[in-house]
Amino acid sequence: MYVAVKGGERAIANAHRLLAEERRGDPTVPELTLAQITGQLTLAVDRVMTEGSCYDPWLAALAIKQARGDLLEAIFLLRAYRTTLPRFGASRPVDTGTMTLRRRISATFKDVPGGQILGPTFDYTHRLLDFDLAEPVDRTAEAPAPSAGESTEAAPRVVDLLDRDGLIEPEDPDAEQRAVADVTREPLTFPADRDARLQNLARGDEGFLLALGYSTQRGYGRNHPFAGEIRQGEVAVELVPEELGFAITIGEITVTECQMVNQFKGSATAPPQFTRGYGLAFGYAERKAMAMALVDRALRCRELGETPASPAQDEEFVLYHSDNVEASGFVQHLKLPHHVDFQSELVLLRTLRAEAEGSA
Amino acid sequence: MSDYNFAFLDEQTKRMIRRAILKAVAIPGYQVPFGSREMPLSYGWGTGGVQVTASVIGPGDVLKVIDQGADDTTNAVSIRQFFTRTTGVQTTTRTDEATLIQTRHRIPETPLAAGQIVVFQVPIPEPLRWLEPRETETRTMHALEEYGAMWVRLYEDITRHGHVETAYDYPVVVNARYLMRPSPIPKFDNPKLDRCPALLLFGAGREKRIYAVPPHTRVRSLDFEDHPFTVETWDRPCALCGARGVFLDEIIVDDKGGRLFVCSDTDYCGRRRQAGGDLA
Repeated sequence: MYVAVKGGERAIANAHRLLAEERRGDPTVPELTLAQITGQLTLAVDRVMTEGSCYDPWLAALAIKQARGDLLEAIFLLRAYRTTLPRFGASRPVDTGTMTLRRRISATFKDVPGGQILGPTFDYTHRLLDFDLAEPVDRTAEAPAPSAGESTEAAPRVVDLLDRDGLIEPEDPDAEQRAVADVTREPLTFPADRDARLQNLARGDEGFLLALGYSTQRGYGRNHPFAGEIRQGEVAVELVPEELGFAITIGEITVTECQMVNQFKGSATAPPQFTRGYGLAFGYAERKAMAMALVDRALRCRELGETPASPAQDEEFVLYHSDNVEASGFVQHLKLPHHVDFQSELVLLRTLRAEAEGSA
Repeated sequence: MSDYNFAFLDEQTKRMIRRAILKAVAIPGYQVPFGSREMPLSYGWGTGGVQVTASVIGPGDVLKVIDQGADDTTNAVSIRQFFTRTTGVQTTTRTDEATLIQTRHRIPETPLAAGQIVVFQVPIPEPLRWLEPRETETRTMHALEEYGAMWVRLYEDITRHGHVETAYDYPVVVNARYLMRPSPIPKFDNPKLDRCPALLLFGAGREKRIYAVPPHTRVRSLDFEDHPFTVETWDRPCALCGARGVFLDEIIVDDKGGRLFVCSDTDYCGRRRQAGGDLA
C-alpha cells in the first residue's frame, strides 16, 4: 500500500511502454505515416504549427503522431523542440498584399479588385456524413476545374482600399523600424505593445480565443465587426542578412489573414472612422484568425479611448490565460502529489474543528 | 542525449537565467522577471525549478531531487532522470551529500549547510495574488512596500477563526523588505528559511519569475505579537523511525479509519532506521 504511493522508476518506465503500445494501436493495421498526416490531416498540422509557433509540417505531423492525435500535446511537443533552436534573426514583415491567393473573401463589398475566391472551404458544405469516405477510393476524376485554382490577378488588400479614402485608421507607419518583441524570449510586461500582444494571440489557444471573440459579439465588449477581408495563400518570407544588407527570400509559407473592420464613433483625439482588428495564423486557420482579430480589436480599447469592462478587453486576463501549454500544464499539475500540503490543511482543519466543538 | 547541450539549456539561456538569479540574490525576496523557456516537461511539473537547476549545475555537482519530501515520488524520479540524462552528474538521496537540491513542497529535515543550493519549484510566485489578481497592481504594491492588505487578511482570519487559515505557502517577509511566497512548503518548514546557511533559489517557469533568499538572510513568517506564528505538531512519532518534531505524512491503511503517520522526508527516515533509531 505504502509502496503504491511512492511510484518510482519502474512505474514510469511501464507507463511509457503502455503509452507506446496504445499509440501504435492494432498492429495488424498499417502504421500511420507522416506523409499521410501532412497530406490528409492538414488542418490539424496547421493548428499545431500555429500554436506551436513553428512552421514545419513534417515536425508538426511527427508531433501529432507521437501525441496520438491530441493536438494540445502535439503543440507542447513542438514548442519544447522549438525552444532548443537558435534564433538567428527576424524576417522582414511578410507582405500579404502580394500573397498567392487560394481563398479570398470580403464581407464588406460585393466585389473587390482581384475578385472573391471561395477556395477549399467547409462553409457551404452540408454537414452530412459522407459514407463514401469510409473506404479509400480513387477520386482523381473529381479534380476541380483549372479556373478554381490559385489567382494571379492583382488583389490589393480591402483595408488598403479603405485606407486610401481615409475612412479607416492608418497603420502604425514605423512598424518596420522597431525591433519586434519576442514573447518566447522575454516575459510579458503590461501594458503590452501590440506586437507582443499579437504574438501572444497567434500562439494562443484557438478555443480560448474563439470563446472570447464570441463573447464580444454577444455584448461583452462589443466592437461592431465586419470581416473586411479573409485571405489564404502563400507568402514569401524575406530576411536581410547583416553581411549582405539586402533582402533574400528564404522560403514560402501558407498563412491565413483576417482583417476585421470595426465601427468607431470617434473620441476626443480621433475622428469617427473604421478601426482594425488583425488575425494571422499559419496554414488554413480561418476560425483562429477571425477570433484573433476580434480579440485584438477588443484589446485595443484603451488606445482608442474605450472603457475596458469585459473579459476580452482585459489585457492581463486575456494574455495571461491564452496559452494552452501553460494552462494545460497548470490545470493538470493538480494530479501531482500534494499530500504534504493536504496534511497541513488536515492538521489545521482538525485544530479548528476541535476548537469549534470545545466552545460549543 | 548528445544532441542537447549540458543540462539541456543552451549557454546563452543559462547566462540570461544566471543574470536573473544574481539580481534576485542582490534583492532578496524580489521577483525578477526572466525569459522562461519552454521545457520538455509540463508547466506545473517544475519548469521553473528545472531551469534554475540547469543554469547553476556543473559537472562536479551532486544532485538530490525531492517531491513531498521523498526522493522516490514519480516527479522527483522523472526530474532526477532528466538531469542524469542531460548532465551525467552524480545523484544522491542524502541531504548532507548533495551540493544542489531541487525540491517541491518540502525543505529536508536534515539541516542545510553552507555551500548548498536549494532550488524550489514555484507555482504562483506572487504572495499578493489572491488579494489582487493584476500583476500591474501587485508590482506597484511591492514597490511601495504596501502590504496592508495581507495584514488585514491575516487579522480577519484570526478574528473569524482564531487562526491564520494558511497551512502551506505561508507568507514571509525577507530581509525586512519584500513579502515573499516560500512556495507551497508546509508552514512547518518556514522556520528553516530563516538565516539558512544555504542559498535558496525559487523558480516559477510558467509565471516567468525567479527570486532568492541568500544565505543567512532574515526570513520572518508574518504574525502578530499576541498571535505568534506556530507550526504543525503531531501527537505521535513517526511509525517507522520514531522521530518526533518532524513533518509526518498521514497514510490511510484500511477503510476503518486506520492511520499510519510516517516521516515525509524519506532520506531522514531511512537513515534513522539504518542507524537503529528508537522505534516508538
